[in-house]
Amino acid sequence: MSDISTQPGQQTPAPAAPDAASGKPVSFRGGGFAPKPRKLVGLAVFVVLIALWELGSRSGVISSLVLPAPSEAFGAFMDLANSGNLWRHLSASLQRLVIGFACGVSLGLIFGTAAGLSSVARAAITPLVSAIFPIPKIALLPLFIIWFGIGEGSKVATILFGCFFPMVIATYSAIDNVDRTLIRMGQSFSLSRAQIIWKIVLPAALPGILSGTRIAASISIILLVAAEMIGAEYGIGAYVLLAGNLMATDQLIAGVAILSLLGLTVNWLISRLENHFLGWRN
Amino acid sequence: MDLRVENLSHFYNDLEVLRDLNLTIPHGEIVCVIGPSGCGKSTLLRLLGGLEKPSKGQILQLGEAPSGSLNPLTYVFQDFALLPWRTVEGNISLVLEPHGLSAEEKERRIADVLERTRLSDFRKAVPKQLSGGMKQRVAIARALAVNPAVLLMDEPLSALDSQTRELLMDDLVGLWQREPFTSCYITHNLNEAVRLGHKVVVLSRRPGLIREIVDIDIPLSERDVSNPKLAALQQQLWEMMRDEAQTADMELATG
Repeated sequence: MSDISTQPGQQTPAPAAPDAASGKPVSFRGGGFAPKPRKLVGLAVFVVLIALWELGSRSGVISSLVLPAPSEAFGAFMDLANSGNLWRHLSASLQRLVIGFACGVSLGLIFGTAAGLSSVARAAITPLVSAIFPIPKIALLPLFIIWFGIGEGSKVATILFGCFFPMVIATYSAIDNVDRTLIRMGQSFSLSRAQIIWKIVLPAALPGILSGTRIAASISIILLVAAEMIGAEYGIGAYVLLAGNLMATDQLIAGVAILSLLGLTVNWLISRLENHFLGWRN
Repeated sequence: MDLRVENLSHFYNDLEVLRDLNLTIPHGEIVCVIGPSGCGKSTLLRLLGGLEKPSKGQILQLGEAPSGSLNPLTYVFQDFALLPWRTVEGNISLVLEPHGLSAEEKERRIADVLERTRLSDFRKAVPKQLSGGMKQRVAIARALAVNPAVLLMDEPLSALDSQTRELLMDDLVGLWQREPFTSCYITHNLNEAVRLGHKVVVLSRRPGLIREIVDIDIPLSERDVSNPKLAALQQQLWEMMRDEAQTADMELATG
């Protein structure tokens, strides 16, 4: 917000005596408070930070035991890629993420829509959601391991559970906020209930549903790593945990960077969805 | 098709909003309903179209709806009620979709109403790109597309600025002259009432009952702004409503 301090208003010198004929220009005091997209700035911050970090490591200011240089982390990443293990870890993680996220979001949508449309369903679902949503799902993981086994089942279930609740809440609140005049309009033109839901309620609730999806996606990445850290042979979480146990901080940084990229990719995908479905908002 | 209201009373819980209304909306005429705010005008309209059930009395459709009418009682809403994610054409198509029309028939109806409301050039626009007046013209086009027997208009021009309102009033007069439609037109604007109404129904404040029904026999085409008869009529209506409006204004909202 550097724009604010550079308003020209402060620079105008006060005239010595008001001149009746020429008058005094009205000094400008508006403007500012309108952030504009500056794509390069964000990139530059990254580049500068990484360069400083690299410089610090090379000059010995930052001990390589505490924090390895970015180049070392990149080296560890390339080792991982060349050994073929990158794909093994990534595919294991992606599989869990996709299955857990897709099932959690779909179920959340179904239950959320039911709660949004039917009083009985709402009365049944919302107290349950309020009671279970605040439980950190990681605390349930041991239970899931007993129920679904140490393999994929328990990890997928953790992610599914984590996505389900925010999705239910986002969906029914989005449906609550649908403009009722649009629904009355549908009724006044004798649209059937199914048509009103499909053509009016759900499209109108889509912005809220998609922002719920965004939250669910972040939660599912957190839970993915947590579940993989507890018991998995392959997966980014397992890789990061192993690196930590071996004090291989370069591998650890590489693993964390992969997670960051994963999160960015998921976010980007959801933004693409939003642009596609919500183009009418702009 | 005529619409007749018989001994209609309506309550919200114990609050009486309408009392013993008797009224006929004859075929081919525009009946304007005016009254102070909170007198139950909008409730009356919702009852007329079956969006609400009357507590007492009944509303009757007399005669058959015209052939080809898909939705005999059709609303035009104050705030347009257009789907923001659909184009102009898509918004009109929405109300034709439930009726299983052939693609050609749908296209014919859409093209026809767009032409009548002078919107043909804006088929692919989305509501966000349109001004308030254009949005209401789309809503009117949508209402005309189902070939209604009675148009139920709920303060259709109240969300518009006064110049746009004038333009739309001319449009409505034009539409009516080209093809007379039956309408119940709710408004709080006396000028709209005397410009568009063949009959003006004056409701009292809550509980709304009919104070007076004024017939206006000047043809719609001659009702321009400078017509002195209209000005006198508007003044007369205002005097009728003034005290009511003032009392209504000072009332505390209940419920």
